[in-house]
Amino acid sequence: MSIKRFPAYLRDMQEELEGYARAFGLDFFPIVYEVLDYKTMNEVAAYGGFPTRYPHWRFGMDYEQLSKSYEWGLSKIYEMVINTNPAYAYLLEGNSLTDQKIVMAHVCAHVDFFKNNYFFSKTNRKMIDGMANHASRVRRAMARHGQEAVEDFVDTCLSIENLIDPMSAYIVRHRDKKRDDDDEDDQSDKSGRLRAKGYMESFINPPEYLAAQKKKREEEEKRAKRRFPESPQRDVLRFLIEYAPLEHWQRDVLEIVRDEAYYFAPQAMTKILNEGWASYWHSKILTEKALTAAEVIDYADANSGVLATSPGRLNPYKLGVELLRNVEERWNKGQFGKEWDECDSMEQKRNWDRRTGLGMRRLFEVRKLYNDITFIDEFFTLEFCIEQKFYQFGFSERSGNWEIMSREFKKVKDQLLRMLTNRGQPVIVVDDGNFENRSELLLRHVHEGTDLDGAQARDTLRNVAKLWTRPVNLLTKFEGKGKLLRCEDGNLSERSAEYG
Amino acid sequence: MSQKIDLDHGRFRQIIRGKIKQNLRKYISQGEMIAKKGKDTVAIPLPQVEIPHFKHGDKQQGGVGQGDGEVGDSLGQDGQQQPGAGQAGDRPGDHLLDVEVSLQELAEIMGEELELPRIQPKGTEKIVAWKDKYSGIRSTGPESLRHFRRTYRQAMRRQIAMGTYDPKNPVIIPIRDDKRYRSWRSEPIPQSNAVIVYMMDVSGSMGDEQKEIVRIESFWIDTWLRSQYHGIESRYIIHDAMAKEVDRDTFFRTRESGGTMISSAYKLCAKLISEEYPADLWNIYPFHFSDGDNWSVDDTHTCVELLKKEILPYVNLFCYGQVESPYGSGQFIKDLTEHFDEDERVVTSEIKGKDAIMDSIKEFLGKGR
Repeated sequence: MSIKRFPAYLRDMQEELEGYARAFGLDFFPIVYEVLDYKTMNEVAAYGGFPTRYPHWRFGMDYEQLSKSYEWGLSKIYEMVINTNPAYAYLLEGNSLTDQKIVMAHVCAHVDFFKNNYFFSKTNRKMIDGMANHASRVRRAMARHGQEAVEDFVDTCLSIENLIDPMSAYIVRHRDKKRDDDDEDDQSDKSGRLRAKGYMESFINPPEYLAAQKKKREEEEKRAKRRFPESPQRDVLRFLIEYAPLEHWQRDVLEIVRDEAYYFAPQAMTKILNEGWASYWHSKILTEKALTAAEVIDYADANSGVLATSPGRLNPYKLGVELLRNVEERWNKGQFGKEWDECDSMEQKRNWDRRTGLGMRRLFEVRKLYNDITFIDEFFTLEFCIEQKFYQFGFSERSGNWEIMSREFKKVKDQLLRMLTNRGQPVIVVDDGNFENRSELLLRHVHEGTDLDGAQARDTLRNVAKLWTRPVNLLTKFEGKGKLLRCEDGNLSERSAEYG
Repeated sequence: MSQKIDLDHGRFRQIIRGKIKQNLRKYISQGEMIAKKGKDTVAIPLPQVEIPHFKHGDKQQGGVGQGDGEVGDSLGQDGQQQPGAGQAGDRPGDHLLDVEVSLQELAEIMGEELELPRIQPKGTEKIVAWKDKYSGIRSTGPESLRHFRRTYRQAMRRQIAMGTYDPKNPVIIPIRDDKRYRSWRSEPIPQSNAVIVYMMDVSGSMGDEQKEIVRIESFWIDTWLRSQYHGIESRYIIHDAMAKEVDRDTFFRTRESGGTMISSAYKLCAKLISEEYPADLWNIYPFHFSDGDNWSVDDTHTCVELLKKEILPYVNLFCYGQVESPYGSGQFIKDLTEHFDEDERVVTSEIKGKDAIMDSIKEFLGKGR
């Protein structure tokens, strides 16, 4: 990797912009900038921001695509920043000074978001080292077991990398049984005997009672045994790590893949909010403080490029920044609360201004506590939807085209939320690890109105079967009918099944 | 310095090569791929490179967009591909991965898969071109070729030797004698030339399907030979009862009708060779494609004579490909084998359909001549 020295004029610029950002109340980790030529930039981007990642052909594939679209002038990565402390940010060599200014302001806000947003609070801030560690573990496995074998296995793991439970970091799904409880249970319940003084024994624990207790307990145990896992598990990767018959190195690789999936999950969960926040601040810092008159046109040009919309595409920068501005305005004018919600007059609402001035405070709350779903759910209003001309589109079988389906507020919002639920991924849970008592695996697709991509699902199922080694089943629905896909020894079969 | 990504990228290309190799037969018999040809790369759609995931099907999903437009307006205007499946905006829609492969690489893959031998060109010792190459350093030359580092080093060496070098003030001033210049040498580039003469029967019995087969096969032959020679030339001859030379485009497009006199094409071919391609300088590959239906026995006889006297002595290989056609008698290939069974300069191959193209190529080029 060729890293250019960070030039003094950029350092001055960084100091200046960070000064403005701090004055506005942004609070970020120290930022280390590196200036990269486009090749290295594409390389780093292909590695998801971490040049130290484990070797895998997929990064090479991404690299080729990035390089091509750069060379053809289709896209260009202006900037990249990763969630670590200190935060590393990459600037593209040869960008104009105005561009670099925008980028730096943008980066400050991203890092502020990483540092303060609740959903990033559980991530490893030393992930550069974490990634390097992963890489050396993968390399060691390759040295011992051969590149092909390890690579194949990584492919298999990556195939299911999205089957995690992104919220599990923030809530307790499984409480470990308390040890002392266990002990007590063991002693008192083994025989079902209640504690009693010797002379009371035959009254408190009569033999019939003991027998009944024993039976009850056995039944309970049996029932618990029948269900494995006890409740459907969303973290399929964890389940496989714990229960699949893997070799040591394989388990290690699977853990690496899971680790990285969890590390990147918050970024997917906060894409709109994070980009909106960064765009909000780059525009505020630049237009209010940092721009010189000569730079205004260049700035406007670059900014409009970032916020451009095109048919059939949702620009997270645009949606995020507009919605944040809307929130700011509403809280500045006091357009919230019971009275506002109950007001039916559009006229009144339009001219509503209580001069509460709470906008900025509210924005900082939003950046601390919200993710994309809660952000959209709470602040995406009818007025906003109309003003910003949102529409819902879909595939029309009739014309064979993608078409605008509706501009109805409810439909648009539902569609948005559906897209954001579980980061747009289907929810797959482990329903049974001992399906039909044959130690087969039963996965269930929690059907929320959208079918799976059938071809991909079959290929993926094959990969799950490789990990589980015993046959694997997937219960899902296609076109309203329950289907059970099954993969046994690499052969796929399919039958209709009850989906309940 | 080699970048880390180069390793991963190399690995990716290797995997692609493997995939292409597996499916080569399929790709080769698909004509449409040739249509996608850019300058010297082809785009091959590969469905299986990407890692499968559980994900939502496309069509039910839809998405949210922003902007003007009425309900019912299509979003696919200005030739855009389908919109990204609404994945919060920044992910590209799902489509097959188009992998670009250079023709050179493709030829190599084909060579490996078909186990084609490297061709031993004749006429290698003939020097055709000189190329200038920087090869060393000398002390005179034009300023534009001054070698900064060597000059600097020389000056520094001199100053140290003279004791005028001061480490505290390391100023190096080169004088005339210190200057070093790049020097070059003209090297002979051994070059071998090759010409492919394609001949095709375009008489009424050759239908579109037959021509398609010829088109695909000659494309691949062309690709392979191009990977073996620099500066390859191609000439195209079509014939029914008369032969004429045409450009590549016409060669594949024309549909004439009429009888078939194969000798007319061979005559023209012999004329081309004798007038333009002296055999001691050129590697000559005539390919003839026909449905094997000749006008008369006499004409076939003339063909054999022409081959024996005016074509075979000069060429590396003469290839005859007979495309199966519902109208042709398919006699010609039998006549050729009868006369030239012993002669290893003549290769005949029957092409039964698109799937047989690969085997036919192997028959033609498998000899390494």
